[in-house]
Amino acid sequence: MSQSSFTERNLHILFPLPAIIFVAMLMVFPVLYTLFLSLTNWNLTSGAPLSFVGLKSYARVLTEPRFLHALTRTFVFTFFAVAIEGVLGVAIALILNRAFVGKSVAKLLLLLPLVATPVAVGIVFNLFFDPTTGLANYILTSVGLPQGLWISSAASVLPSLIIVDVWQWTPMITLIVLAGLAGLSNEPVEAAHVDGASEWQILRYVTIPMLMPVILTAMILRLIDALKTFDIIFAMTGGGPGYASETLNIMAYKYSFEYFRMGQSSVILVVLFLVVFGCSLGIMKLRTSSEI
Amino acid sequence: MNKKLLSNILFYLIVIAIACIVLFPFLWMLVSSFKTQVDIISWPPKFFFTPTLQNYQKVFEEQDFLKYFLNSTIVGVVAVGFSLVLGLPAAYSIARFTQKKLSVFILLARLMPGISFLVPWYIVFSRLNLMDSYLALILSHMLIALPIVVWIMSTYFNTIPREMEESAMVDGATRQYAFFAIILPLSGPGIITATTLSFIFSWNNFMFSQVLSMEKTKTLPIAVYNFLSYAEVDWGGVMAAAVAIMTPAIILTMIFQKYVVKGLTMGAVKG
Repeated sequence: MSQSSFTERNLHILFPLPAIIFVAMLMVFPVLYTLFLSLTNWNLTSGAPLSFVGLKSYARVLTEPRFLHALTRTFVFTFFAVAIEGVLGVAIALILNRAFVGKSVAKLLLLLPLVATPVAVGIVFNLFFDPTTGLANYILTSVGLPQGLWISSAASVLPSLIIVDVWQWTPMITLIVLAGLAGLSNEPVEAAHVDGASEWQILRYVTIPMLMPVILTAMILRLIDALKTFDIIFAMTGGGPGYASETLNIMAYKYSFEYFRMGQSSVILVVLFLVVFGCSLGIMKLRTSSEI
Repeated sequence: MNKKLLSNILFYLIVIAIACIVLFPFLWMLVSSFKTQVDIISWPPKFFFTPTLQNYQKVFEEQDFLKYFLNSTIVGVVAVGFSLVLGLPAAYSIARFTQKKLSVFILLARLMPGISFLVPWYIVFSRLNLMDSYLALILSHMLIALPIVVWIMSTYFNTIPREMEESAMVDGATRQYAFFAIILPLSGPGIITATTLSFIFSWNNFMFSQVLSMEKTKTLPIAVYNFLSYAEVDWGGVMAAAVAIMTPAIILTMIFQKYVVKGLTMGAVKG
């Protein structure tokens, strides 16, 4: 082979270099800057010069009830949304995992919620949930159930938002699990049949354990996004009524772009990032141990 | 035999129920977009009514939706284009030189909450007088598109046998030449997947545009959201706007259905 050129010898650096520079400028610098801001008391509206206050902003934000509620709410929203999506998503995939007339149409339908603009989805559900004229209450009334206040009451706003998230993202788990099922080999299932196992036993002891890595990965992807849910909450409730649906992401947005308390909002952002990072790492550990 | 028939009927009932739940919000949106305000807020909800086109007229004539439509398209197309330019070589490098750390580094952009970039961007772009500019918006949307391109394409390049470029390199071609002349022409399906998905994600993005764009560069999701900020919500108008914003993404999905499914599921199933 001929003497390789400089370009060729350093291709493993030169090829990714533009992308690295881009990500460094648009992501790494902002993250470091946010970390720095979290140690200051910078407030864009007060006009006071930025001063370094160390961990004071942390002490102030982390003990604030509004923050603690937002933190809990973020976990509650994420836990229920992802748990319901996981169970429904896997169940639907197992049901659809056979040849039937209209399967390709069914798969196309499942894709639609995933590509629907979340802000618009939120607004459509707003109309649906409207307590006085919405279809949701009409359906409840017509089957003899009491009407709900949906997103208009502090008690029911979070479950209502979870319904929207579940509607939009359950198909993602279903599609991933369907793809996983298609890639499984039939032998273990057939062997279990030969050994006289019941359908339920096969599902419980053969299919689901084999699928576990795929299911967990699908759930990590959902978890990361659910923790960061912004669009539907912002469009549907703006965090309200009161602060009843304010998650960390919404709170950080308000601190940044409504109150312009950049120092404190940066603290919230650091916490949010740690939460996202910690949860993903936790589940990835779980996944590795389930693979054996 | 009877039992089998029964279970088949049950199966199709479940499938139909799922389809109804999935389709229902879309249908209700579509139906409402043809209703007058009076019909929309009447109780009980009206299933039969005289359809009207006034909502669509309002959206496209009074609201200048065409402009927002164009903005969304410009931002999406340019951001995805540049993401391919940056992302394809990076993805190739990750696949062929097994650069795990590099891939994690770029995928971090997918993991991080978008709002944690927004505060610094807001400050910097304001200082540089770049608020409400296409440049700022495109850069921010590239951070959405680039990780998708890298994630999908590095997986895709892994499925192309190394012999493809190695045989060319034995014949004296450089690796970069082999990448452009041999690998890229084989990568059509992967590139379609990455392009479609990252365009849809850019199209649907709300948070970045909400902060960085104003009247000049306003994108569709912001325009739809702004319908809500009036004192009395014009539901017919919002629904027509919602239909207008979702239609292109849905059409793209129908055309490229197989690719979209692959893109959404590939990482989870393979890795």
